[in-house]
Amino acid sequence: MTCLIKGCNFVLKNIPHEAFVYQKDADPEFRFQTNHPHIFPYLLVNIGSGVSIVKVETEDRFEWVGGSSIGGGTFWGLGALLTKTKKFDELLHLASRGQHSNVDMLVQDVYGGAHQTLGLSGNLIASSFGKSATADREFSKEDMAKSLLHMISNDIGQLACLHARLHSLDRVYFGGFFIRGHPVTMRTITYSINFFSKGEVQALFLRHEGYLGAIGAFLKGAEQDNPNQYSWGENYAGSSGLMSTSPELGPAQRARSGTFDLLEMDRLERPLVNLPLLLDPPSYVPDTVDLTDDALARKYWLTCFEEALDGVVKRAVASQPDSVDAAERAEKFRQKYWNKLQTLRQQPFAYGTLTVRSLLDTREHCLNEFSFPDPYSKVKQRENGVALRCFPGVVRSLDALGWEERQLALVKGLLAGNVFDWGAKAVSDVLESDPHFGFEEAKRKLQERPWLVDSYSRWLQRLKGPPHKCALIFADNSGIDIILGVFPFVRELLLRGTEVILACNSGPALNDVTHSESLIVAERIAGMDPVVHSALQEERLLLVQTGSSSPCLDLSRLDKGLAALVRERGADLVVIEGMGRAVHTNYHAALRCESLKLAVVKNAWLAERLGGQLFSVIFKYEVPAE
Amino acid sequence: MSKSFFPWFGLDIGGTLVKLVYFEPKDITAEEEEEEVESLKSIRKYLTSNVAYGSTGIRDVHLELKDLTLCGRKGNLHFIRFPTHDLPAFIQMGRDKNFSSLHTVFCATGGGAYKFEQDFLTIGDLQLCKLDELDCLIKGILYIDSVGFNGRSQCYYFENPADSEKCQKLPFDLKNPYPLLLVNIGSGVSILAVYSKDNYKRVTGTSLGGGTFFGLCCLLTGCTTFEEALEMASRGDSTKVDKLVRDIYGGDYERFGLPGWAVASSFGNMMSKEKREAVSKEDLARATLITITNNIGSIARMCALNENINQVVFVGNFLRINTIAMRLLAYALDYWSKGQLKALFSEHEGYFGAVGALLELLKIP
Repeated sequence: MTCLIKGCNFVLKNIPHEAFVYQKDADPEFRFQTNHPHIFPYLLVNIGSGVSIVKVETEDRFEWVGGSSIGGGTFWGLGALLTKTKKFDELLHLASRGQHSNVDMLVQDVYGGAHQTLGLSGNLIASSFGKSATADREFSKEDMAKSLLHMISNDIGQLACLHARLHSLDRVYFGGFFIRGHPVTMRTITYSINFFSKGEVQALFLRHEGYLGAIGAFLKGAEQDNPNQYSWGENYAGSSGLMSTSPELGPAQRARSGTFDLLEMDRLERPLVNLPLLLDPPSYVPDTVDLTDDALARKYWLTCFEEALDGVVKRAVASQPDSVDAAERAEKFRQKYWNKLQTLRQQPFAYGTLTVRSLLDTREHCLNEFSFPDPYSKVKQRENGVALRCFPGVVRSLDALGWEERQLALVKGLLAGNVFDWGAKAVSDVLESDPHFGFEEAKRKLQERPWLVDSYSRWLQRLKGPPHKCALIFADNSGIDIILGVFPFVRELLLRGTEVILACNSGPALNDVTHSESLIVAERIAGMDPVVHSALQEERLLLVQTGSSSPCLDLSRLDKGLAALVRERGADLVVIEGMGRAVHTNYHAALRCESLKLAVVKNAWLAERLGGQLFSVIFKYEVPAE
Repeated sequence: MSKSFFPWFGLDIGGTLVKLVYFEPKDITAEEEEEEVESLKSIRKYLTSNVAYGSTGIRDVHLELKDLTLCGRKGNLHFIRFPTHDLPAFIQMGRDKNFSSLHTVFCATGGGAYKFEQDFLTIGDLQLCKLDELDCLIKGILYIDSVGFNGRSQCYYFENPADSEKCQKLPFDLKNPYPLLLVNIGSGVSILAVYSKDNYKRVTGTSLGGGTFFGLCCLLTGCTTFEEALEMASRGDSTKVDKLVRDIYGGDYERFGLPGWAVASSFGNMMSKEKREAVSKEDLARATLITITNNIGSIARMCALNENINQVVFVGNFLRINTIAMRLLAYALDYWSKGQLKALFSEHEGYFGAVGALLELLKIP
């Protein structure tokens, strides 16, 4: 029991989109919950052979409040006796094809048409198996299995509601191996909970329902190490998705996992927390578009990632020219990621809410699995070299401009720098074909104002006012972006008297700049520029890691150190640049302080969706409402 | 004096059984007898001189209430039941015996009152007066409890229910009936909270009821009657079928106070082929009975807790001749509530709805 609860607390806190609500006729059917910071108290109904009901009040305080002997074992046992079917999943499969009304006595069977007197709907089951007490009929396996499933699910739902009511709880999580993401089961349980609680209690399922005990046992064993001091993430490469063992799936998808599920979790070295500047952490959802919801977008992005696969594989091989088996590993990566994409085509909900972020992250996890932790490292180094050489010149020409002109040039510099993103097909096509495509050209080619989203005038106005106390900047790409775009912008802020916290990825992703790379770049720039040099010395310019290794940004899971610094320095301006961090995620994020979200839209489809064209500019300056 | 014409019937048409109460007047004067219509006389004779009707009708003679006074008339109250399946035959009989000419009103409750209303009209030329089944249930119980059972108590409980030797059925004086949790176990189950004669509510119900027990038994054992199912169950060993706490933990699960003998998973042993082949029909029947009964007890207990009621009365024909279930309910309720809840039973368990219907006929409040 202790292990069960430990495991449940763990998955609820650490795996994004672990819990979900299932609504049969809604689209999408699965609605995933973001990790609410306050998960307690809750009722856990664990359905194994039998049913255990546990009230969980805090991490360490929980109580077994009841149970039922009518659970998975009953379904399997009675099912085997009645239908001669030996396998659990086969029973579920039979049930999904059955008509329970042939076996059950419904209210309308007892009342004929008029059943309002009892206040019950005619379709309700009055007596399970009520019609089977007769020798003159045979009942089909499918019908009996369905009846059995309803009987058990309804009973469990009812008991759960009675306990929820007694303890004044409104959320019930279901764990255990009975449910297995099976739509019929989830539908019946959800219906049952709604019915018996008159809609007041919510039924939530867990993607990793069957692992709770095992995870708990592991955590207990690892107690010395204090696992709770770490943060954890789900590794999409090593984890099979929801329903991966469902008999409904085609053989291709089941090939790897066979008859069992896999869960792989990455332990992150440093704990992750909310950004203190989020306006309302419990309601914060990083992703801009829910691909489980938006079928058109989903189809587009899945195809996009499929088509980009060749390029990614080539890049991976090229990044390790001295390795004997790079080609072999790259092919394995291709196969693996391809299969993931196909799984997601069939079951978009396999890993929770499907988003561009999860597609990007899955790709990174797969690359890592086949020992391609940083395929762009050489590209980044080369571009950093080129950019550093151009740095003094860029700064000189900026300093020569008048104040107002310079502000625009700095912003354009940021935007132009952001064009240099190997992640975007449109850009990598150009960069592949024209290696001399330079910064100046990029600036010239930038969209003319008014931009697609254009709050520059308000930003300029703001700049005429007092300087910000401290700016938190989330950087995007290596090379031209960070060196010729971000650093001059940072330099200007420093000159105004604003402190700067420059946050970069903890681990590599595409050609995004990492924290360790940023340290090197900063040092090189400090060697060329006294402003940056003294800021670093006097700790007015601080370089931190975000805690993320993704091309996107989840502001609810940031490095604890970063959060502490933000509070300490009283950061009052947040700057987020790039498509991954400012458009695919956080486009609608609400902060408690001023924010700038900048990006050049390097995807034609997305640009069109937003109402513009390829290479449209987004410059979003927001001030919180009073 | 009631304005109702004889015969006085109360009908409760349930999912599986039709319950009929018939008031046999014993104070018929010579004059009355003279004027009595032939069909009425023959009905009275037919009902009172037989204990079985057709192949499936039964009169529960042991439940007959003697010397009852109803609306100023003295007589005996008879309790008759037959399967709902045979209702068409009953209606046909009504037609053959010309019931409709008696101008009597048929007060009927239960779902069947609605379902078969048309049939009564078109085939039997009989107008049904339809009544709410829960209203009738409450009325019926309160009335029967008030008149007692031929001098004995209607209501009883079990002392030492788990001990076969020491178990005793003892009368219970329901002097403070309110509040009461009433669990009516028919084909399905309804649970009512009763606060006063006129104040009650349906708390919940469950579809795992008598019909489930009987239905599953038929499928698993091939039995054909309720009596047969119970008889098999009485000879079976459910522990061969169910997985107990001790089968998983080797003993008690002390941390949560779960005794080794508690069932962890009903039919849990049936996941294994060997075990499936080793159990008998009797074992299966027993396990079905235990499973359904325990579940009802569990739900009843939770409702009692939520509603703050500590007297639980179990009625309904599932409990007819079903001492195993009654003792199990008594024990389980007592054990899991640590003695806070009391399980009570009633001699006329399945007939209250029909009695209530009769009382409506006679406009007895």
